[in-house]
Amino acid sequence: MNTDLTWLIGGPQGSGVESGANIFSKVCAGIGYQVFGKREFYSNIKGEHSYFAVRISDKKIHSNVNDVHLMVAFDAEMVFRHVNEVVKGGAIIYDSDLEETKIDEVHTLDIYFKSRLEKYLESKNKEFSIKGILETAKERGVTLLPVSFREILSKLAEDTNNPKLKGMIRMFNVIGVSLSLGILGLDSKPLLDSIESIFSKKPKVAEINKQVANYAYNYAAAKFDKIIFSPNSVSKEPNTILVQGHQGTAIGKMVCGCRFQPYYPITPASDESVYLESNEILNVNEDRPGSTVVVQTEDEISAIGMMIGGALTGTRSSTCTSGPGFSLMAEALGWAGINEVPVVITNYQRSGPSTGLPTRHGQDDLLFAINAGHGEFPRIVYASGAIEESFYDTGKCFNFADIFQVPVIHLLDKFIASSVITCKRFDPEKVTIDRGKLLEKIETKPYKRFEQTSDGISPRSKLGLEDGIFWNTGDESDEYGHISEDPYMRIQMMDKRLSRFDLILNQIPKEDQVVSFGMADHCIISWGSAKGPIIDAIDMLKKENINVGFIQIKLLHPFPTEYVKSLLKDVKTIIDVEANHTGQLGTLFKQNLGKDVDYFILKYTGRSMTSTEIYDSLKKILGNKAKKREILTHGA
Amino acid sequence: MALKLSDYKTEVHNDWCPGCGDFGIVNAIQMALAEMNIPRHKAAIFSGIGCSGKTSHFINTFGIHTLHGRVLTFAQGAAISNPEMTIVAAGGDGDGLGIGAGHFVAAGRRNINMTYIIFNNGVYGLTKGQASPTLRLGEKTKSLPSPNTNYNVNPIGLAVASGFTFVARGYSYDVRHLKDLIIAAIKHKGLSFLDVLQPCPTYNDINTRDWYAGTDITDESAKETHSRIYKLEDTGYDPIVHYEEEAEINQKLSQALIKSLEWGTKIPTGIFYKNEIITPYAERLMDKIPNYLENPPAKQKISSNGKPITDVSKILDSLQV
Repeated sequence: MNTDLTWLIGGPQGSGVESGANIFSKVCAGIGYQVFGKREFYSNIKGEHSYFAVRISDKKIHSNVNDVHLMVAFDAEMVFRHVNEVVKGGAIIYDSDLEETKIDEVHTLDIYFKSRLEKYLESKNKEFSIKGILETAKERGVTLLPVSFREILSKLAEDTNNPKLKGMIRMFNVIGVSLSLGILGLDSKPLLDSIESIFSKKPKVAEINKQVANYAYNYAAAKFDKIIFSPNSVSKEPNTILVQGHQGTAIGKMVCGCRFQPYYPITPASDESVYLESNEILNVNEDRPGSTVVVQTEDEISAIGMMIGGALTGTRSSTCTSGPGFSLMAEALGWAGINEVPVVITNYQRSGPSTGLPTRHGQDDLLFAINAGHGEFPRIVYASGAIEESFYDTGKCFNFADIFQVPVIHLLDKFIASSVITCKRFDPEKVTIDRGKLLEKIETKPYKRFEQTSDGISPRSKLGLEDGIFWNTGDESDEYGHISEDPYMRIQMMDKRLSRFDLILNQIPKEDQVVSFGMADHCIISWGSAKGPIIDAIDMLKKENINVGFIQIKLLHPFPTEYVKSLLKDVKTIIDVEANHTGQLGTLFKQNLGKDVDYFILKYTGRSMTSTEIYDSLKKILGNKAKKREILTHGA
Repeated sequence: MALKLSDYKTEVHNDWCPGCGDFGIVNAIQMALAEMNIPRHKAAIFSGIGCSGKTSHFINTFGIHTLHGRVLTFAQGAAISNPEMTIVAAGGDGDGLGIGAGHFVAAGRRNINMTYIIFNNGVYGLTKGQASPTLRLGEKTKSLPSPNTNYNVNPIGLAVASGFTFVARGYSYDVRHLKDLIIAAIKHKGLSFLDVLQPCPTYNDINTRDWYAGTDITDESAKETHSRIYKLEDTGYDPIVHYEEEAEINQKLSQALIKSLEWGTKIPTGIFYKNEIITPYAERLMDKIPNYLENPPAKQKISSNGKPITDVSKILDSLQV
């Protein structure tokens, strides 16, 4: 049997859910398990419910599943919201001091959830309390593991003669993690090491946390001697990293030479910029230290304007944003388009429209990324499906921008942004840097920035380059970049810029355009982060000897119509999977291939897809029991 | 080799209206660049949208004609990436104080070493004369259907309050004085703001060249007209913050604000405020990135033979499990 176990921790925002999950992930990854973790949270600073699901396995995993095997709850809301996710045979560690808590006493439970919960408990004939809901779990075969978190602190306070410990409820997260590891029977040393490394700058805090962890770990190991889970022992794969969503693109930018990043704060994109700034000084081989200049701007309009200004000096420049910010950038995107300025906009999508679900997932902005800005101009829209991929794709996006002299919109999303996963250590050796026709010296004079060339791309000067003076304008221009309203010049320039679509499709390697994961009569088309759960769902089907094909379309604009057509030529049923309401890839598919997809599997609750729900929908489709639009709903 | 004034001129046909105040500003910028002998490839003129937006096409340096209201954003990005460039941003009063007002305030807070010139004529000329943010309440220029219903922005006051460290005003028909102000602005260590009064002969029939010349104000006894424009430096006004003391700074700020409110029969030009004690943005960056000026983004080497040379192994080590 494989080990495949999902651990869930949650509590009020600000109570250390995330750091608890980070410790757990680090410990498990350190032992050698593959980790896939995902955080869900409200648009709130303190108090609202947030949770973190960490799936560990002894084989490669790419997604979360519906089932939870071990859950830790140190507040009542966690119990109320998530009890039903714990499967038969699973267990719940909860703070026994919460048992008497009634639904009405938990003020952060919104009325819609509350009424569903009460209806459920009424149907089960249970009281509206923690006790009531835990009884339903027990009846389903879930093991209850009550622990008084306060008592652990009190006892430890007594043992160590440190009365201050008694009231330190902010340690509940560490207690929860340590109890979990004790129950799982995983070695305690990585736990203590991990705490030490997390609090390496605060040795006193580290010490107390270690004491608490050790105590809780031993407590659980002693009290719950019956082993509920026995994860397989694993051996650590060499060169494995534990990485967070934003780190793929951020480290990618450092490696590929992005040296200027203006940005405006927005969830879930700002983490990337903050990380870049935290690591702003760069080691450069055989040269003096480099740096990434990160500037927090007054708005996203300024961010894109500054980025373009930076790119005009020859600097690889970028910004990072999400839907609302990208909306503000639309006008300047067109300016970059008409002036053929290579820039990369990293867009971590979230649920729209407007503010939408500001901290939740969505793949809502595909068609907007393709169409943003007035007028017709070339651009590239490119989507990564996972963190590891996003590292390498970042370098590619910068090359595309430089080679084709177009703005590139690199699409990612909140699912990727708030995931923590194990993957192979990024390999900078696999990254190449191609600056296209960027000039270091002017050979032909007078220099003409928009000179007509056989491939439609002109040699590019930069601000500061001797004899390389040029003009840019948002107006239509002549070869020098001066305003021109001449109708024939207009044709020449429009043709020059828009001929680039063919060039892009011809020059970007096919394997960078579309990735095929195998073909079958039924084939999924998808893009972006839906990839992970799709791969895992296909794997689940494979175990039942059912084959489903899958192509991940990475180059979404210009659309690789002919290549997609050739890949799908023998496919009978096409299934579009994505996290939005209208099936935007399906729209694009129809627009370019002239035919409808057969089924949609869509999710727009703001929660990312699990492989379980994709598997379930695929089964329905394969059994001819599905609706044209399968709508997924899993997740609190 | 010294460059001549003509070296800074392009052959692009200038389509501004005859008598437009913008001509004086373009001439003054070209004269300033020539006098400072700034190599053409070391200067970049950024411009906004509107009549003044065309400025960058008439000057033979790098010329970046940006978007309406956004000129400061493009210019700052270039200035941060390549601090060796002399960067002058130019735009109209609607561009900078209407649609772009947010960027104006934010730019002041940053104090990046560059110059921003606003062509101030009280109207949106290219869209046929609507009221701009500097037109006064109740005034009705030629093409307005009814008198202006908004109070005016005070560009000098706003610049001082936003943190610009060099704040001055010029008049487009006093080109030599304006040229001197532009040179002073470019030489200033930090962000310079120049408010240039510039009559729009087509749409502003209130603040005309004659009005600035004071042809309507006659000294009865001497029978002479009096220009409204006068120079602060002729009055012994000292705009410079000399030392870092609250009283000194407050005095210089408040005198600039008070002077900025002067309008009507007497309109001050010249330098209102100059403070080189406040650190320019580059120095603030150097607190974090010590070699920023020596190795700014635009100068950094990022690859060798098509391979990256940035070493992220320490970061990856920290992620390794």
